[in-house]
Parts: sequence; structure tokens; C-alpha cells
Amino acid sequence: MKPKETAEHYILSSSPHTHANASVSRIMLDVIIALLPTTAAGIWFFGMRAVFVIATCVSAALVTEALCRMAMKRESTVGDLSAVLTGLLLALNLPSSIPLHLAAIGSVFAIAVAKQVFGGLGMNPFNPALAGRAFMLISFTGPMTTWYKPCADAVTTPTPLAAMKPLFHASSVSSPTPHAAEALGQIPSVWNMLIGNMPGCIGEVSAIALATGGAYLLWRKVITWHIPAAFIATAFVYSLIAGGAPAYAQILTGGIMIGAIFMATDYVTSPITATGKLIFGFGCGLLCMLIRQFGSYPEGCSFAILIMNALAPLINRWTQPKPFGAK
Amino acid sequence: MKVIKSQFEFKGGVHPDYNKELARDQAIENLPVPEELAISMSQHLGAPAKCIVKAGDWVERGQVIGEKAGFISVLVRASASGRVKAVEKRLGPAGGKADCVILDTAAERPADVPAPSAGPVLAPLDWRTASKEDLLKRVEEAGICGMGGAGFPTAVKLNPPPAKRCEYLILNGAECEPYLTADYRVMLERAPRIRLGVEIMRKMLGGPAVRIAIEANKPEAILAMEKAFADIEGNVQIVVLPVLYPQGSEKHQIYATVKRIVPEPPALPIDVGCVVENVGTAAAIADAVELGEPLLSRVTTVSGDAVANPKNIQAPSGTKYADLVKFCGGEKVPPAKVISGGTMMGFAVSTLEIGTTKTTSGLLLLSRKKVFQYSSHPCINCGRCLRACPMNLNPALISKAVDANDIKAAEDAHVMDCIECGACSFGCPAYRTITQSCRRAKNSIRARIAAEKAKAAAAQAKQ
Repeated sequence: MKPKETAEHYILSSSPHTHANASVSRIMLDVIIALLPTTAAGIWFFGMRAVFVIATCVSAALVTEALCRMAMKRESTVGDLSAVLTGLLLALNLPSSIPLHLAAIGSVFAIAVAKQVFGGLGMNPFNPALAGRAFMLISFTGPMTTWYKPCADAVTTPTPLAAMKPLFHASSVSSPTPHAAEALGQIPSVWNMLIGNMPGCIGEVSAIALATGGAYLLWRKVITWHIPAAFIATAFVYSLIAGGAPAYAQILTGGIMIGAIFMATDYVTSPITATGKLIFGFGCGLLCMLIRQFGSYPEGCSFAILIMNALAPLINRWTQPKPFGAK
Repeated sequence: MKVIKSQFEFKGGVHPDYNKELARDQAIENLPVPEELAISMSQHLGAPAKCIVKAGDWVERGQVIGEKAGFISVLVRASASGRVKAVEKRLGPAGGKADCVILDTAAERPADVPAPSAGPVLAPLDWRTASKEDLLKRVEEAGICGMGGAGFPTAVKLNPPPAKRCEYLILNGAECEPYLTADYRVMLERAPRIRLGVEIMRKMLGGPAVRIAIEANKPEAILAMEKAFADIEGNVQIVVLPVLYPQGSEKHQIYATVKRIVPEPPALPIDVGCVVENVGTAAAIADAVELGEPLLSRVTTVSGDAVANPKNIQAPSGTKYADLVKFCGGEKVPPAKVISGGTMMGFAVSTLEIGTTKTTSGLLLLSRKKVFQYSSHPCINCGRCLRACPMNLNPALISKAVDANDIKAAEDAHVMDCIECGACSFGCPAYRTITQSCRRAKNSIRARIAAEKAKAAAAQAKQ
């Protein structure tokens, strides 16, 4: 609503007449800044392919956003940077080997179907980037599960998670079966897991880079600690109890770090209250590990968050704040 | 007497730019009586006073021109002598129209009306010997209402029902609104008056403990109050509050000073044994009792970047905003927005022809570059409003409900608890007018309740 000017040209509006100068585009920019370290790590490990995938996703997202708004006869929202962020997040959740036309299709789906069909930013029930990724995982399963070794072009390899999966069902890790021993041997060293020197999606490999971005978001007060902490703690405790691969390896591989810090904390699709965020994070961690142990995919982070997205409105309903002074 | 730090910080709150340096160091100046006053009959919370003068009448300074019109109401006195030019409905700061007495103070005194004696308007009282009833009557006939902003009739507040005992008298010197320094100057320059007011109120309320609440960003005021209250007897403490908006809110101040929580409306502070009064009100009570001077003027901060010389002005009620601006040397740049009150809860006004009231704590003239202009976007569910809300509501939910015209959902989300402090809108990155939505919902609910009551009364009358 535009403020009205009166005959004497004083602007009339309801209080307050001052503002903290926060804006949606600044928040989006902060998240993009927070993603820069992991983007850089992805480019370092997967090379120019990663650059092409990121450029494709971001530009496809921007064009789709602009076209959708035009088709819907609504004001352009390209400037709020949310489409850039969705494109970037999608690219960071793709293998570097993905054919570029498929990356573009995923990006179009994320913006057009997962976001604008519902009315645009603020209205989408599911995280657009994750919805795009899930769509691609189902539609293009082969290319979506082909992984290159870092720093080595076109050498395919299973991800550590795929290697770790059988360990859930191994009798004992301390005296492993030959098969399990081979699996254990495929787990990268802790150092490689931390810096990201392992196969995986472009932006999910470097735990250090992701944690740096998370620290920046906490410092800028863009996110609160509730969802990432509950998510990661739940997954950690689950893998301690369930056994299999070491719990730290479960946290540092696959999408848990990027999922917990950047995907599950998406405002629109997560609960608004602190208690709700804790429940949401717990649900994400639990579902993610259940899928990793019992599902047919090695990785469960995307689906876990998407399922919890669907539950977010219900969690909001359970966790309404109690007014100051209410009984 | 002790000075202690508040141990109880309420949840939520925001930190707006205070901009108090503009007027903070300007000593209170008396405004000469302007040539024309527009004295409103609705200067307080509750029923507007009933105007008892008409065009052509000559009125003396201090003469009652508006009678109390109900239990929650306050009388109005003429703030200067002069001839009534007109009695007409005029726009008030909050947008509604109320009867205003337009007074020509430059008119010549009629030959048959002798000049009044130079003495006080009311007979001075000795508060030590006067009875509680006499003191209450004095507060009422002096036309005093809360001067912090809401304007609740002070005589009603100081006369709690017999079943309810006042354990704490809390003196509100927080002045958490940006730009405003009127209370601050009163604390600095009239500390002994405030002390006297507190002693009178303490007597009226049956000797409660006294807590003087001041935000930590006003060390000079804390010192002044410490000095003025140094030798006071009884349980009196200065409580230094953390700098956090809305620290001046009654409920939050009660929590910050004595850790009591006022239940949901219609509960009042007295239900938890507390009475909160503004520092300016305390000084007004002292003047009314000791000097026999009714509440005819108040200190108003005139500030903002569009004013030539920001000032704290003691001006008679009914002074037109234009006269205040003129007294400050006029406009430095053309103002884009004029606000009656502070930037968080004040009212944007359309004209400088509005007269001040007993609750006009500030008049702000802001240039275009200080005016925040917005167009609202859909809510992105970021949760900043929830974290900012001092009432622990879910403003996002309420504003979405109001957008969907679902007032029932807003009511279920406790919108009636909203104190309209503006903290939610202040931090909203989507520039949503959340506070305005809350007001809309509250007005609509109040209207519905009033309609239901009227219907029930009509049905009863039929039977």
C-alpha cells in the first residue's frame, strides 16, 4: 500500500514511522553471501563444470521468475534476489556431472511449479530448490546419481553415503565382514570430509565452508540456531544408536550440512516459532536418517525436508506463542 | 533510597534510532499565549468532555469550559482568557473529530468583566493535612489525565476499588519513544515537583512502595531524581531499566521493576497491586495541590530534522502545531511528514492547525529523507515480528488473517492483547503494515462487541 499524500503534502500513514531498514532482498543477499564459501569449494573441487551448472541454474531461475510474473500480470520480483538464491541452491544440490539442459529444466520447475504457481515468494509450501531437486531425482535418476571424483574430470565414483549404506546392516563394525570392511575403506578421511575432498553435490561437500556460511547467517541474525542444531543433533544421535558408519561421517557426508543450515532454515517453508523450529529440525534429522537406513536412496536429506515442509503449517498450529500475561 | 538495576528483561522489544540528541539539551521554554487556541474536548481517554460555552462567550483562564461526561472522563479548562470564536468539530491528531473551543486570546476584555485577581485558579491545599477525598477531588477538578500518551483519567487511577490494594506506585520516566525528551527535561528541571507529586500520590494510595523507572540512557535524569528523592522516607527505589523499546509500556515496566505480570485485558495494573504514573503527571499533581494550578499546559518536544531549532516547549493546551513550529524558528526544510507524538506510536497528521492536548508529548517534522516509504510484500515467515513482539503474540499470523479479512482468526491469535507499540512493523523486511492490521482487527472486534451489547440491551428493553 502506498502512503497517501494530503493537500498540504504531508505523508499520512499508520505508525510506526520508522524502520529497522531490513529488507527481503538484503536477507536473500545475506544467504547468497553465506553460500559463497561452499560455492567456491565446489568450484575448487569440481572445476569449470560446477561453474557452468551454477550459471545455468541461476539464469534459468531468473528468466523463469521474470516470465512467470509477466504471465501472471504481477510486478516483477527479480530484484528481491529470491530467484537467484533458488537457482544457486539448486545448483549446489546437483552433481557437477549433470547435463546442463537437465539443470535448466530443474531450475524452471523449481521457480515455475514449486514457487510461482502458488503465488510467488511467501506462498510456496515446499522449498523450491529442493522441490526442483526431487523432481530431477525422480525424472533423471541416472544423471542425478552419477558422481565425479573431485579434482579429476570424468572419473565416476560412488558417494561415501552409498558406500556407507550397507554398514547399517553389517553385524558389527569392530569386526567387519569383508564387504563392510571395503565399505569402511571408502569413507574419506575426516580432513577430506571437512574440506570437501569427496564425491557429492557441488555445494554439499565442504563442511567447513558450510559451517562458515552458517556462522555468518547466525551473526547476521538471518537464521536462528534452532533448526540446524536440532537437525544435526538428531541425525548424530540416531547414527550413534543405529550403528553402521561412524556418526560424524553421517553428518559430514551427503546433504545434512547444507540441508540443516541452508535448506531447512528457509523461512517460508519452516515453522515460525522457536519450539516449532526445534520440532521441525528434529523431524528432518529423524526422517533423513530413516531414509538413509531403510529407503532405497543412499541420501535422504531432500525428502526429509520436503516432508517436514508439508508438516510446517501443522507444527505452527501446535506451537503458537502464549501472550505475555495470558494464563 | 537505593538505585538498583532492573533484573527482569521482558521478551522481545526493538532498538529504533532514538534521535534524542536533537532536543535533549534544550531547557524548557515557556511559549507566550498564542493569539488563537483550539482547545479540544477530547484530550483524554474516555468520553469527551461536554462543552459548556458558546461562540461569543468571554472565558477566564482556568474556567471550566468542558464538563466531565461520565466516569472515565476528564473536565477541560480554558488555558487562557479570551473570547470564544466558535465551538466546532475539528480534526484531532488521531484522525477523529471532536468538539473544539476556538479561543481568541487577543480579544479585548469587555468593559463589564473585571480582570480576575492575580491569585491561583484553585485554592492551594496542604497535602499533609488534606483528606484523601479532598486530594482526589483536586486531581479531578484540575483536569489531570495521564500525560505519558494514553491520557487515562488520573483521578480514576488513583482511586482503586476498595477490594484492590496498591502495593507499588511506579513512576514512569522511561520515555522510550524516539525523539521525545519532554519527560527527560521535566525530570531534570522539575525533580522537586515530581517528588512532591509522588508523596501526594503515595498518600492517596495508602502508602505503597515507590519505584522510579528510568532507562539507562538517561544518567542525568537518574542523578536528578536521586538527588530530589535522597531524603525521602519509606520504601522508595530508582530502578534503572535496560534501553529497550517499549520499556515505557505499562505492562512491561511493571514486569521490569517488580516482576509482576498483568493478566490479559480487561485486567488492569491494579489487579497485580500496581499503579503506574508518568513523571509529568506527578509534577502536574504537585502543581494542582500545592499551587492550586490546574493542568492548563504541558511540555511538548518539537523536534525532527525539518525543524529549525528543536525545543522543549511549555505550551498552553490548544496551542496550534503551527505556533509551536513558529516558536522553533520555523521549518528548516519542507516537512514530508508531521507526527503528533513519537515515531513509534505517534500519529501522522495532515495539518498544522491541530491544537495540542494534555497528552501531546511531541511534535515531529520529518524531511523526505527521514520518512520511510514502503510498499508491502507478502509475508516471508521470517519470524522477526514474533521475536520483536513484547506481548509474545504471532503478529505474522494476525496480519495474514486481517489480509484475508478473517477477524475471527486474528481474535483467536489474541490480537486484543496487542499494545500497538509498532515493534512488529518496525523490523518487518517485507514492509508489512502489521501494526495497522492489528488496529484494524481490534477496532472491528470492539465494534462487534459494542453491537452485540446494544442488541442485548435492546432485546432486554423489549421484554
